[in-house]
Amino acid sequence: MNQNQKASDLKDLDVIRSLIKKHKRNDFIFAGVGMLVIASLTITLLILFLDLVLDGYPRFTLDFFSNFPSRRALQAGILSAWIGSALVLLVTFFVAVPLGVAAGVYLEEYAKKNWISDLIEINVSNLAGVPSIIYGLLALGLFVYSFGLGQSILTAGLTLALLMLPIVIVATRESIRAIPIHIREAAFAVGATKWQVVLNHVLPYSYGGILTGVIIGMARAIGETAPVITIGALTFIAFLPPAPVSTEIPFLNFDWLEAAFTVLPIQMFNWISRPQHAFHINAAATGAVIILLTAAMNGFAIRLRYKIRKKIKW
Amino acid sequence: MNTTTMSQSSVSPELAKSLKRNVIERIIEIGLFFSAVVAVFITTAIVYVLVTEAIPFFQHVSIYDFLTDTVWTPNYSIKHYGISALVAGTITTTMVALVVAIPLGTLTAIYLSEFASHKVRETIKPILELLVGVPTVVFGYFALMLVTPFLQTIYPDLTTFNMLGPGIVMGIMIVPYIASVSEDSMRAVPMSMREGAYAMGATRFQTAIKVIAPAATSGIVASYILAISRAVGETMIVAIAAGQQPNFTFNPVESAATITAYIVSVALGDLEHGTVGYQSIFAAGLTLLVMTLVLNIIGHWVRKRYAERY
Repeated sequence: MNQNQKASDLKDLDVIRSLIKKHKRNDFIFAGVGMLVIASLTITLLILFLDLVLDGYPRFTLDFFSNFPSRRALQAGILSAWIGSALVLLVTFFVAVPLGVAAGVYLEEYAKKNWISDLIEINVSNLAGVPSIIYGLLALGLFVYSFGLGQSILTAGLTLALLMLPIVIVATRESIRAIPIHIREAAFAVGATKWQVVLNHVLPYSYGGILTGVIIGMARAIGETAPVITIGALTFIAFLPPAPVSTEIPFLNFDWLEAAFTVLPIQMFNWISRPQHAFHINAAATGAVIILLTAAMNGFAIRLRYKIRKKIKW
Repeated sequence: MNTTTMSQSSVSPELAKSLKRNVIERIIEIGLFFSAVVAVFITTAIVYVLVTEAIPFFQHVSIYDFLTDTVWTPNYSIKHYGISALVAGTITTTMVALVVAIPLGTLTAIYLSEFASHKVRETIKPILELLVGVPTVVFGYFALMLVTPFLQTIYPDLTTFNMLGPGIVMGIMIVPYIASVSEDSMRAVPMSMREGAYAMGATRFQTAIKVIAPAATSGIVASYILAISRAVGETMIVAIAAGQQPNFTFNPVESAATITAYIVSVALGDLEHGTVGYQSIFAAGLTLLVMTLVLNIIGHWVRKRYAERY
């Protein structure tokens, strides 16, 4: 009897031990699989990017940046594209940043809890989920035809600004929310008005976080292709828009806003669509330029965010 | 300033100053309010533009034909406007993307949240964030120039334009979305639940699958829905690598156009304002907007309905 009990206990112990062993093995296997998935994903993407850079490498010359697109692939360059991208982004920046920061400040500091604030909030989060091509259709119907702005740098800049707006608003709100309430209370206590609190305390302290959001939004705007194609941006531009700065009074002119243009991703798309391999090399080189630009901007923004997180201790 | 001067001089300069200050404050608040209302204005404008441009289209094409016809040939002499030809392409590329992205994304999320050391997580997360920033036109280049040729070495009958290559690339593009949103929701599960499971003798894997994942279901499902919504609205990858010919098929090795690719193909040509062809892209856009809106609402609902409270 006793003997039997002992034997069955021992048997149970064996079962339990093998069970534990099995579960530990599963644990080990899963950790391995997880590592493998992440590693293979990273390596695949690394190979793709390397391939892009190597394919485009022969075209990394000064001429590539200073030549207009051409029917001959080897003489073609991205001059009009990068200048177009820069000017479009200039418009985007000056529209999206003030609007986005103001909206974010309103929602965090001013808005009362009522249906209007709820409506605005729902709209902001909803806009972030709208596909970018829909913004292109909006711009086509509204800016190009209803407002008569045409297929210009101004239209493209405004379109990308709409796309960037939710990103700036969310970044502004998040970094404002991180500021402790007693900073505001201290300012109010010495007689500051609400706007003085916002301008002299809230905005300076949340500056880093807002900047992060702005940079990420701008990086996204550089690569955004579909909405700009939808408004009818030309793919072959062999001239430059009028210069924004001149030597004559009043030194600035805004004719460039109405100019036809192309941007880097559209130039790349155009070259991909051609059958000749030589143009594909140009496309790869353009892609490498876009990737390096956006990666540099995003990398800077991510670093900035980590730095802020570490530094600020209220 | 001291109280004696304030009581001696009339209060008017002080009062005037504070009045002026109040007015300025009020103007600023109104200005900020209107900046915030822009968001509502944009949504309204999107719906207004799509609907007003789509109405003349539906006067030309009956809604019944639009929904039931399976052929989309706006450029041929016999014109058909069956949106399902474009929806089929959209669904097929989305499905391929999900087959790639859901397993990879979920695995990555579980690994990062439950298995990875602090150091590994802090290295991988920024890389994922960087991936989100890669422009889609570059992913389109990958699909057409690198992935499809590679797939052709395995399956030689594959045409240059197909939905498989762009679908796979789209899946890779979406992995960071699923991984980061799912990981966030798994990290939000309180430590006490993990400790409870470990105390019962559960392994990391058992804890992750039987405790953490069920507790984070709402976030994980929401991340899948976000991913679907991204895939449905994705434009450049499919416009570049899936061909722009509408084709009613669910076979990923064939070429087809998605809703987004059709809009791009029309926009690239000379679209004349006011023609049916021009209006058709707004009808297609409206379909796309409704699809993503429904997905966003489902996502919102799942988050609310299945959110675990601790």
